Amino acid sequence: MSNELVFSAIALLGIAFIVPLLMIVTGVLGPRVGGKAKNEAYESGIQHVIGLADQKFSVKFYLVAILFLIFDIEAVFMYPWAVALRELGWFGFIEMVVFMLLLLAGLIYILKKGVLNWR
Amino acid sequence: MELTLLNVVIAVTIAIGFAALNAAYLVWAERRGAGRIQNRPGPNINGPLGLLQPPLDGIKLMAKQLIIPGGADKALFIAAPVLAMAPAIVSFVTLPFSDTIIAHNLNIGVLAIFAFASLGGISLLFAGWSSRNKYAVMSSVRAVSQAIAYEIPMLVTVITVVLITGTMNLMEIVEAQKGGIWNWYFFPFTSGLYNPLMTMSFLIFFICALAETNRAPFDLGEAESELVAGFHTEYGSMGFGLFFMGEYANIVIGSCLTTLLFLGGWDAPLPVLSFIPGVVWFLIKIYLIIATIIWIRWTFPRTTIYGLLNLSWKILIPLSLFNLLLTAGLLKVV
Repeated sequence: MSNELVFSAIALLGIAFIVPLLMIVTGVLGPRVGGKAKNEAYESGIQHVIGLADQKFSVKFYLVAILFLIFDIEAVFMYPWAVALRELGWFGFIEMVVFMLLLLAGLIYILKKGVLNWR
Repeated sequence: MELTLLNVVIAVTIAIGFAALNAAYLVWAERRGAGRIQNRPGPNINGPLGLLQPPLDGIKLMAKQLIIPGGADKALFIAAPVLAMAPAIVSFVTLPFSDTIIAHNLNIGVLAIFAFASLGGISLLFAGWSSRNKYAVMSSVRAVSQAIAYEIPMLVTVITVVLITGTMNLMEIVEAQKGGIWNWYFFPFTSGLYNPLMTMSFLIFFICALAETNRAPFDLGEAESELVAGFHTEYGSMGFGLFFMGEYANIVIGSCLTTLLFLGGWDAPLPVLSFIPGVVWFLIKIYLIIATIIWIRWTFPRTTIYGLLNLSWKILIPLSLFNLLLTAGLLKVV
């Protein structure tokens, strides 16, 4: 167990150092030329940027993100259940069926509410 | 495997080397394939068949200036490409290539790879937001909503495989599929249990893998006809290079997972053919899947963001939940 942790730590540290190294190499090798136009945000070749970066975007994306949290956590909960299903017997199965039906009801409610009806 | 510092260093080096080499030569394969499909030669000047193109591209990218736009959030801007590439390489450490070739056999292999994969979404958000470019912001919002929408059916579909095998260890999942093509999990008659939806499971997983890696027809994140170059509009030199390599490394991981979970990993399709080493079968399978992914990219047009999100939320998620219930029920009855 502790061996696994040591391995993971070393692997993560190694990779965490090697990938940024590529960025550093670029910083050292590449030219460093500044300039007003060069520092501006990209706008298809014209000089003055039209519109702002921190504009508004559809609130639907926010709702989708909230829904994702619910469903993702639920999916991760199911993994230990899936591994242990054989030992859990019928009780564990029915519990999860109830849980999943509740989730499906929630999904149907979301769809009926029109959260995912775009434009 | 003996757990010494040397072994760990070798494993990590091989993982990085494999990821980088694949990323480089898949770009070449993709450009040659695109050329073939669009009736033009593709890169063919540098070296025989253009084989020297990827290293030259790499050197060129490294020698370019890393421009950080004036309004950008510097720390996040530099962190984003690193975050796109690093989790992909970490995932390679836990992927088995045959019954003996594996850097580190994790008991929760499937879950660990999904955990690393979901870090990719954060890098998209970092890249788009820190660039302070309207196209990048729009694209990152789209790309993240796409990545999270397709993560759910992917996770739920993989649970069916975990249910049948009763383990999250990738080695054991492949062991459970041993004995020829009819034992692989994309085939309905798996392990004595008749589940007609296993093929659908495989297809859902493959579609989600396409969407998760931001590949056409689901490459809404970098829809160049609408959003210039998407979330990496402001990135040049190695920043762009790392995003690119990350994308191809993710494609390789996606096809490795498809192979391990549904196509029997390193198992030979017929027991007669098992004199060929497992790693050869594994590589044949993953490169066939990668070829299919490239073929799909140059065949189908891009979908809309609405169509994309609706496909996941209205079709794939209910289907995968239903499939999961059915598989669990069948396992209990049989």
